[in-house]
Amino acid sequence: MELAAIFISAVLVQNFVLYYFLGICPFLGVSKKIDSAFSMGLAVTFVMSITAVVSWLINNLILIPFGLDYLQIVSFILVIASLVQLVEMFIRKISPPLYQALGIYLPLITTNCAIMGLALIAALNEYSFVEAVIFGFSSGIGFTLAIVLIAGIREQLDLADVPEPLKGAGIALIVAGIMALAFNGFIGMLT
Amino acid sequence: MATKSIGQEYLKGLWDENPVFRQLLGMCPTLAVTGTVITGMAMALATTFVLIFSSLVVSSIKKLIPSQVRIATYIVVIASFVTIADQFLKAYFYSISEALGPYVPLIVVNCIILGRQEAFSSKNSVGRSLIDALGMSSGFVLALFVLSAIRELLGAGTFLGYQVMGPWFKPWIIMILPAGAFITLGVLLGIALLIESKTKRSQ
Repeated sequence: MELAAIFISAVLVQNFVLYYFLGICPFLGVSKKIDSAFSMGLAVTFVMSITAVVSWLINNLILIPFGLDYLQIVSFILVIASLVQLVEMFIRKISPPLYQALGIYLPLITTNCAIMGLALIAALNEYSFVEAVIFGFSSGIGFTLAIVLIAGIREQLDLADVPEPLKGAGIALIVAGIMALAFNGFIGMLT
Repeated sequence: MATKSIGQEYLKGLWDENPVFRQLLGMCPTLAVTGTVITGMAMALATTFVLIFSSLVVSSIKKLIPSQVRIATYIVVIASFVTIADQFLKAYFYSISEALGPYVPLIVVNCIILGRQEAFSSKNSVGRSLIDALGMSSGFVLALFVLSAIRELLGAGTFLGYQVMGPWFKPWIIMILPAGAFITLGVLLGIALLIESKTKRSQ
């Protein structure tokens, strides 16, 4: 039950994009077409799941036992940056088709605050190992859901008559706001 | 770049290259912590601290950094100053640090800071980098101030925690919610572009 609550909360209620405001850069940058938005979502889900595992191990096996909590920021960012590189090289060797699909998005993810945010929020909430893994995976699903939804809306927006100054990021943010409002309705699911 | 005077170097961060309104950088903290003016300003000042000191360090050691590992070096420098800021807030302003939650450590992935190191500090003198960092952080402070002032005023009827709206005022709950942040910033971006196109036409 507890795990199901974490899943629902990360996908719908405390959605990474619409509640925590993390990963706004790809959310605005890669959301013009549904296809590329979906690939970006997959890449993020993939990296988030791995990050959740690795950051939990570092935090609970190295940092906390040795009283080095204050090194969290430095160690998380370095591990995430090298992890993404490693994953990129690994995928290129093992599965070229997957690399074709995710390849160009992987380097972008290094600077994606959603990944760093995931590691920090999981550490802050003191999740157990299983909880952290579920949290990482479902946060990725939540991100994918949000970015695919907004890409769908933006494809339609191309045909709409948007006031000149609001074109591009302006209208995308306003649409995101309305989406956040809709997602706000899910809060009732948990209480 | 070298033709710019010190004043121009500073002012470009405020408007022409304003990190939030013009370059769309650092959007995550901009949206997340602007529910009240106090948290918005605390965030802006913490970011200012990190940006200025990272720029100073990066511009003074730029000749020592091999170009293959420069990004990693910048990240380590930035992460060190973020840790200092985080520990400082925890020690002296605990309630603010609680309110900001994970967003203080997240300064480390704020693209404004990494962007300025890569685009400016790694190529310019210490003095110019300092001016550039000051200008960019002023632009960031300005953006966060405008956004958080609007949200706090409409969302709670207060400013810096003091009641300013009369009893007739019904707070707009939406402004406190994430939705309000997105919509306000979207409208502000539109206004910034509108002003820009008006001034361009009159020239």
